[in-house]
Amino acid sequence: MKGSIQIDRELCKGCQLCIEFCPKVVIALYSRVNAAGYIPAMPSDMAECTGCGVCAIVCPEVAIEVYRE
Amino acid sequence: MSKLLMSGNAAIAEAAIRAGCAFYAGYPITPQNELTEYMALNLSRRKGCTFIQAESEISAINMVYGASVAGVRAMTSSSSPGISLKQEGISYLAACELPAVIVNMSRGGPGLGSISAAQSDYFQATRGGGHGDYRTIVLAPSSVQELADYTHRAFDLSDKYLIPVIILGDGMIGQMMEPVEFTHEAPEILPVRSRALRGAKGRPSRIIRTFTSNPSELEELNWSLFRRYQLIKKHETTSDTFMTDDARLIVVAFGIGARIARGAIKNARASGMKVGLFRPVTLWPFPAEKLQELAKTTRYFLDFEMNMGQMLDDVQLSLGNGAEVSFYGRPGGVIPTPSEVQRVITRLYHQNGLDAKK
Amino acid sequence: MKTVYTRPKSLKKRAYHYCPGCGHSIIHRLICEVIDEMKLQERTIGVPPPGCSVFAYHYFDVDMVESAHGRGAAVATGIKRVYPEGIVFTYQGDGDLAAIGTAETIHAANRGERITAIFVNNAVYGMTGGQMAPTTLNRMVTTTTPYGRDEKLEGYPIRISEMLALTRGAVYIERTAVNSPAHIQRTKRAIHKAFQTQIDDLGFALVEVLSPCPTNWKMTPVESWKWVDDVMSKEFPLGVIKDTTGEKRAD
Repeated sequence: MKGSIQIDRELCKGCQLCIEFCPKVVIALYSRVNAAGYIPAMPSDMAECTGCGVCAIVCPEVAIEVYRE
Repeated sequence: MSKLLMSGNAAIAEAAIRAGCAFYAGYPITPQNELTEYMALNLSRRKGCTFIQAESEISAINMVYGASVAGVRAMTSSSSPGISLKQEGISYLAACELPAVIVNMSRGGPGLGSISAAQSDYFQATRGGGHGDYRTIVLAPSSVQELADYTHRAFDLSDKYLIPVIILGDGMIGQMMEPVEFTHEAPEILPVRSRALRGAKGRPSRIIRTFTSNPSELEELNWSLFRRYQLIKKHETTSDTFMTDDARLIVVAFGIGARIARGAIKNARASGMKVGLFRPVTLWPFPAEKLQELAKTTRYFLDFEMNMGQMLDDVQLSLGNGAEVSFYGRPGGVIPTPSEVQRVITRLYHQNGLDAKK
Repeated sequence: MKTVYTRPKSLKKRAYHYCPGCGHSIIHRLICEVIDEMKLQERTIGVPPPGCSVFAYHYFDVDMVESAHGRGAAVATGIKRVYPEGIVFTYQGDGDLAAIGTAETIHAANRGERITAIFVNNAVYGMTGGQMAPTTLNRMVTTTTPYGRDEKLEGYPIRISEMLALTRGAVYIERTAVNSPAHIQRTKRAIHKAFQTQIDDLGFALVEVLSPCPTNWKMTPVESWKWVDDVMSKEFPLGVIKDTTGEKRAD
């Protein structure tokens, strides 16, 4: 199954829970802080993403949208 | 004795411990949590002392009532909404002639309000606050040093007159840090009141109560309380003045308002205006006589408070038609600046032609 | 590609003021998902408490009324009794519901008020800076238990949900957590059932949610979510505490 996600960089607070819970490890940290001073997460290896949606379930900020074929 | 740099909230707690306070019950509420936390850290470790974080402010005041009944110096603290909750308990303390110290670090109101400093609990503090005809002594500190000094005085007054004493502070002096010098050491032996309830061994049993099925009895209690209040008025009324000798306009302010007013007055003086400050220290009993004396030589007064006009009533009651009283207030937890107060002073000064006279 | 997950309609599109990893953020979203799925938005009234979630009305797109500290159950009672068609829920912290609000909560439950209580348990007083809560664990360091909670002086962490279950008016009480995908999904089902209990006019329903508080627990978000499993749920076991909805339905 092919999937992908989008993370709103400015809503993200860098809690890293999506990274912790992602079963495929396709999320990483961005290289710079956002406007609020957090280091946000970003989608990194979308080829492996299955669109399972776990990241969106755990994201406290509702910053992640998940798509699936 | 060396000076310590402390927040106002912490200074109150330290002063209470040094005054021999043996019981403190409190509940978290901004902006006084540093007081509760200081007690948790320090009072709890002192032999014979108790710190309790109660489940509510109502529970806390009733625990203080119990501790006072058993004869120790007891204190609770809160901020405006929590002090509202304590009113029934304070009424009981007053009715039973029990000493206790209640600290209110006022915040903006009404309702949940704001967490910023305000002075809108003046009526609540000075008009009883709870039900029934009673009064509590109210002290209004305006610096961290005064918070420490008045806390000590509060316990002494409370014990001397068997009356609850309220320290009416606010969120700003509670959280600001200033150098403080403590004049007393914590006592080795904690004071215990002689007519406490500790078991009727070798003496007739004592009863502490407020209810009576005979209204005449209650009437007599009220008269006797008010005779005591006359004594307190005579001996304990306190106020302070700043540059009032040649003042043509006198600002009346208390607590943090007085700090702000001093800044405004210094600037006004620098620009040639003859302005002074009258600062009530005991809000109850209100220093009416001293204010009336000032009105003999000064006609114009500016009542300045962080509320919609509460001490204003006492100022007007004291002065009647003998003076012109103006009012400037900011409610809700807005902190006025000295320059804003200075503008009001300047406007009044010129409007009333005070620059032209003499 | 089709969208698998998006923000619920009744959750306003606004950045949360909550700390990174805070349970409030998840729980707000779950309640909104339930409100959307059950089509309740137009008749729901929420009662948030003083506390970190005092600003809940910035996020829930439903009618909301602030209550005094601890009095949520009483306020909700007032609303529901005069407007029974409404769906009334309280959203309360551990100090709000189980310290200052103990009396109001127990009696609303005992009367079987047709309200839904969402009880957010993070074992600490969050907004005021991390003081002890009735649910603070033994030995836990808070700003008013600087030496660690001592049961001899401060008593034991309180299991209010088990206590409320003893009232005959309470018909559905479950304890869940929001510290893992599975627990989050379980919490959503519990919230759904708690609202359904009200809709079916059966009695008082409460969901206690163990909620991470990284800031006052002095942990990272990931650590705090683990701590709920490793420590907190040992003191506050997850699961259904009471469910007499079946019997009530049969009546």
